[in-house]
Amino acid sequence: MGLILDLLVQGTQMVLVLVLAPGLIGFTRKIKAHLLRRQGPPVLQPYYDLLRLVRKEAVLAHNASWLFRNAPYMIFATTWVAAALVPTFAANLHFSWAADLIAITALLGSSRFFLALVGMDIGTSFGGIGSSREMLFATLAEPAMIMIIFTVALVAGSTQLSEVATFMVTHTSLRVSLGLALIGLIIVALAENARIPVDNPATHLELTMVHEAMILEYSGRHLAVIELAAALKLLLYISMIACIFVPWGIAQPDDGILYLLLGAVTYLAKIAIGGFLMVVFETSIAKMRVFRAPEFLGGALMLGFLGTLLLFVSRSF
Amino acid sequence: MAIAVALWCVIGLIAVSAAAPALAARPQPLGTRLVYGASLILTGLLLLIGIAALLGGADFQGQKVLPIGLPWIGAHFSLDSLSAVFLIIVNLGGVAASLYALGYGLHEEAPGRVLPFYPAFLAGMNLVLLSADAFSFLVSWEFMSLSSWALVMSHHHEGENRKAGYVYLLMASFGTLMLMLAFGLLAGTSGDATFAAIMTAAHPDWISGAVLVLMLLGAGSKAGLVPLHVWLPLAHPAAPSHVSGLMSGVMTKVAVYGFIRVVFVLLGQPQWWWAVLLLVLGSLTAVLGVLQAVMQRDLKRLLAYSTVENIGIIFIGIGLALAFKTNGMGAAASLAIVSALLHCFNHSLFKNLLFLGAGNVLVGTGERDIEKLGGLIHRMPRTAYLFLGGCVAISALPPLNGFVSEWLLLQAILLSPDLPQWALRFLVPAAGAMLALAAALAGSCFVRAFGVTFLGRARSTAASEAHEAEPVSLKAMSLLIGLCLLAGTLPGPLIDSLSPVTSFLVAGHMPTQPLMPLLSIIPINESRSSYSGILVFGFIMASSWIAIRVIHNFASRAVRRAPPWDCGFPNADPATQYTADSFAQPIRRVFGPMFFRLKVDAHMPRPGDPKPATLAVTLRDLVWDFLYAPISGWVMFAAERLNVLQFLTIRSYLSLVFAALVALLFLVATWA
Repeated sequence: MGLILDLLVQGTQMVLVLVLAPGLIGFTRKIKAHLLRRQGPPVLQPYYDLLRLVRKEAVLAHNASWLFRNAPYMIFATTWVAAALVPTFAANLHFSWAADLIAITALLGSSRFFLALVGMDIGTSFGGIGSSREMLFATLAEPAMIMIIFTVALVAGSTQLSEVATFMVTHTSLRVSLGLALIGLIIVALAENARIPVDNPATHLELTMVHEAMILEYSGRHLAVIELAAALKLLLYISMIACIFVPWGIAQPDDGILYLLLGAVTYLAKIAIGGFLMVVFETSIAKMRVFRAPEFLGGALMLGFLGTLLLFVSRSF
Repeated sequence: MAIAVALWCVIGLIAVSAAAPALAARPQPLGTRLVYGASLILTGLLLLIGIAALLGGADFQGQKVLPIGLPWIGAHFSLDSLSAVFLIIVNLGGVAASLYALGYGLHEEAPGRVLPFYPAFLAGMNLVLLSADAFSFLVSWEFMSLSSWALVMSHHHEGENRKAGYVYLLMASFGTLMLMLAFGLLAGTSGDATFAAIMTAAHPDWISGAVLVLMLLGAGSKAGLVPLHVWLPLAHPAAPSHVSGLMSGVMTKVAVYGFIRVVFVLLGQPQWWWAVLLLVLGSLTAVLGVLQAVMQRDLKRLLAYSTVENIGIIFIGIGLALAFKTNGMGAAASLAIVSALLHCFNHSLFKNLLFLGAGNVLVGTGERDIEKLGGLIHRMPRTAYLFLGGCVAISALPPLNGFVSEWLLLQAILLSPDLPQWALRFLVPAAGAMLALAAALAGSCFVRAFGVTFLGRARSTAASEAHEAEPVSLKAMSLLIGLCLLAGTLPGPLIDSLSPVTSFLVAGHMPTQPLMPLLSIIPINESRSSYSGILVFGFIMASSWIAIRVIHNFASRAVRRAPPWDCGFPNADPATQYTADSFAQPIRRVFGPMFFRLKVDAHMPRPGDPKPATLAVTLRDLVWDFLYAPISGWVMFAAERLNVLQFLTIRSYLSLVFAALVALLFLVATWA
């Protein structure tokens, strides 16, 4: 019975993230439009967009290689696996031991690796500029993420997200190091998801874009798969922040169905609040110049490093 | 028994080497095939012996004394679990390189310059691993250095290669000198230079410390530790590609072996400041190596700099292991040393693979400059596929093997707050940050290397007329990528097989890796951290399969080919593509001022002025500026001053000799 429930939870989670991800994008767009005093597209618009895209033919450049056609699935698969391993509404994910936080970060790294490669496949200047900048941000965001993981792992005594979530629920305390890690993680999440102030998800102004520049040559089903992966990544980061820093309400191992439902409701509330806060932050500041972004991300790296260092000095920080 | 067979194989390699000049003179394909075929068989045998000695335990290990070398002492050889691990690394590389060279070697213009030294090089590396006394160790080490030097010089008509050979020779002799001093200190006045005798003797602290520094200089210069790495990016790319792969993937590991053998086995109990030294040097090496790699335009030099980075990662692991060992934390020390050894193994696989890929590119296009390549994925699809695999592995991305060893190292770092020394507690997180930075930069470096070389459009006619490599060469590369995948998805058995080595080196071992659930690896205990490569691989495969099936069944399958979109302004000229330099520009701009004293001098003429705009970028290699340039300056200065000594009269010479004699006698008298 326990095993079946565990597998069920894991399966539900995999489907849930997939279903929720475009909704989160639609929700943030709607909120953003309201904050800008616009009507905005309906919340379900991203679903319609995806359905429309998969029904269209794919237009490939003449010199597109096999990598260009296959990479979208690779990008999607690695992101989906990573998203499926971050606890959302229940902490006892059956396969959570397969990959810890470091492995999840590395899985997202794989997805970025392929995304940056396909940006260069057609041989256009925009693709190259996007790839180059994406990799620049990654060189700072990834070490920042690792240092944040160190901070969290030293507090919780584990790099497994399930264990971390359980620990955080049972040992509630305010810690300086966790505060630093939270700020750092928010900065990393903004950069990784190509949000303002690092990148602008809504723009097609060529010289300011990073993520959009890499996928400029994609169309049809390939574009749909990549867009879905990007949405999954946003959901993943918000879930991760929720799971580490506000884990209350998440269903614990051996909890019954009722707690699972409670977990699901609190999870939905958490991502809604997370998305809302992100949009408020985005609308209140302007996008940075590209070469300001490394300083912004360097700040995240320093915060993560400081958090880790404090914990090396004393475990009570 | 096994040691005898191993020594016979080495003798066989030397015999092949001796016969090679005659074979090279034969009509071409035959001689080349005979030499590489024989090397393939002999290294294959040595590989089997290594595996047997590691897994079979004492039955396949042993010692042997040969009546050669110094009179009355003989040459001691032994095979234990530590040498078995490196025997596997060296000969796996040897097998792959020999197989590859069966195809690649046919393109060699002057086979007579390569064939005699190739088996000798392999023999030299194996001898270093087998030797069990200081004398035979040093002789084998020098043999390895000189045979690889000859291979570096095989294309000596290019001026750059001659310079590389010169620098290599200088650094190699410096390194051997340091090793000689180290062994001299270890053997002491007793004169018994066998490893067994050195191991049982007690060494005062200052001697152990001095030996550690000398080993860092000697073995570190061979491995490519900053600041002694300068020869490596010059020499490794100069050799033929399969030899470059061996030098980068394997010979650097032999240097790591020498370091581990002396520091962990011969020196006894370490002191904590050794770890400080290693962690600082390792982190510097990792970051400086990869920062240089990300800016290189020469594909093989880029790979060589990335070797420097990986050596840094390995030395961080060794440093951590020393730190834990000093404080008697056996489990943590074994985790750190396993991560270092596993990274040695992994790096030897994917670095060899990447150099072989670079060899294919070199044969297919005649170019090493990636700015002149591009679009090779269309002309060389299989090479592109295999090279891509190597890039994913070296960028430490799951599910391939590079990730596993770096993950283990990060887990070891997480155990270090328990260290009692404050210096180490502050240093280890910094080393962790540098490690993470190096790993992220490596990803960037290999996106650039693969993207500019294989993707996009051809930037020269050479690239647009490239041809695919021989099937046998591709087979060698497939073997390596297969092993990368295997080591990445099933690391558990590998870690288990290292347990005799860890209990030998740090008197501790990692927990036995469980078969259930699904072959995950567990560094300390299950609730702390675990990772299952096979499951992650399976998940990725399953979810991409699901995505493809769903899309293909329910979505449009139509494909239309069209000109590129490029925001509405496609330009057919390949020169409009992003170049390698422009790809690296943001990274150069962010890290350049700190690490390379970057100066960018952009000059735009005023409107209406017909003069062209100019851009001058200067990057200074600070290691060269602050270490090597002053040293060579002093050497020149001293040489000029001492020049007068060449033109003295016979009386002055005699009085100089007399004065030296008196001084030495005085020294001896006061010393005793």
